[in-house]
Amino acid sequence: MTVYVLCFILLLVGLYGALTKRDLIKIILSLSIMGYAVNLMIILFAYRTDGSFAILVKEGSNPNMVDPLPQALILTSIVIELGITAMLVALAIRLFQQYKTFDITKIRRLSG
Amino acid sequence: MKQRDGMTLIVKTVTRISVWLILLYGIYIILHGHLSPGGGFAGGVIIALALLNVMLAYGRQFIDRWVNIGFLHDLESSSAALFLAMGILGMAVGGGFLANFISQGKLFSLLSAGTIPLLNIIISIKVSMGLFVVVWTLSVFHLDKGGKEE
Amino acid sequence: MPVETWLIFVLGFMIIGSIIALELKDLLSAVISIGIVGLGVSIAFLLLQALDLAIVQFLFEIFALIILIRAFNGKEYHIQEPSKSHMIQSVVTVAVLLLILILSINIFRALPEFGKPIFSTAKHYIENAAQETGSANIVTAIILDYRAYDTLGEVTVLFTAILGALAILRTRKSNGAAGGDNETA
Repeated sequence: MTVYVLCFILLLVGLYGALTKRDLIKIILSLSIMGYAVNLMIILFAYRTDGSFAILVKEGSNPNMVDPLPQALILTSIVIELGITAMLVALAIRLFQQYKTFDITKIRRLSG
Repeated sequence: MKQRDGMTLIVKTVTRISVWLILLYGIYIILHGHLSPGGGFAGGVIIALALLNVMLAYGRQFIDRWVNIGFLHDLESSSAALFLAMGILGMAVGGGFLANFISQGKLFSLLSAGTIPLLNIIISIKVSMGLFVVVWTLSVFHLDKGGKEE
Repeated sequence: MPVETWLIFVLGFMIIGSIIALELKDLLSAVISIGIVGLGVSIAFLLLQALDLAIVQFLFEIFALIILIRAFNGKEYHIQEPSKSHMIQSVVTVAVLLLILILSINIFRALPEFGKPIFSTAKHYIENAAQETGSANIVTAIILDYRAYDTLGEVTVLFTAILGALAILRTRKSNGAAGGDNETA
């Protein structure tokens, strides 16, 4: 249970950053922290005590394997997160070009 | 990082030797995706990182001279369509969307598992080309501190 | 040592790293601290026997670091003047998040214990994947055979995200500025 709570604290740290920081870069970093926490939480649910990796080996594999299904789901999630990060960085660069600042309180005025 | 001529001679020489090894490792990871950890996503990123290594060491002008970015972009877009085509081919031959219609072969051999290696290769092309094109486009904005358009 | 002890150590390390990343003034150091968190996730995946995920997380973390450093290096950080309203906002946020944490402890107590999962659908995959798909790596068998449709959707999402990034970054051609995918310098 301690592991779950620590993982949840990591999510809350990300949430804290996204709520209070006013710098666009810090907000991007907070979003990626939240993504890590969620991914890790789902893999924590899949672990089996003394389980082995879900790959068959020639020399006879351990029948007690960890759950491969959440791993497959999270694999796609990690890739999508990188795409989202790239897109957010692109957005931040364009905003910096337009307004010369990363401060979101100064970006409020929507006139170019 | 300078746009004129990249980094120093030492970095360029090391890159010239090591980039082929990195590419080889990426291809190994892709082709053995159904036997060992790895697969299309990991191998694609390794190949993108190899190209990125060249771009960081030699500068963007070098990439512009030797690689046609429009072609890479076309490759990336067409690989998504290719994935869909594999699915429709499965529907035509194997009786279900994305069905595994090729013979599965012997377990633990390189040419086994039907369509899985093919799909791995398609995904790796998609991931590597897409990520490299994004970084290439981001590098346009590296030197100017805003206000290119005005 | 059991896996759980190692995981607690790695997770504590990651929490400290993320707090440092959020509170540092220097942008380059903040991005590098995020790298600590991402590599910690990779180690945790390795401890949890998710080998594919560990490789993919490691590589993608490096890639994200390169993107972030190249994009934001040299940009000056906007120094946030310490205002009173912002201080109050931070304190209220921390208090609310702590309240959420305390209230949610009971939920974590209701979850199945660590190391004893309740998922049962994966049994079929573990037992039959080798015969049905011929792939030794069961995770690959799932993402490219049993659930290839998910992967198709994922490829579409990645394609759309990259197209979105390119569309945002494309400068107007009439200005003669470099940019856009067809134009080479």
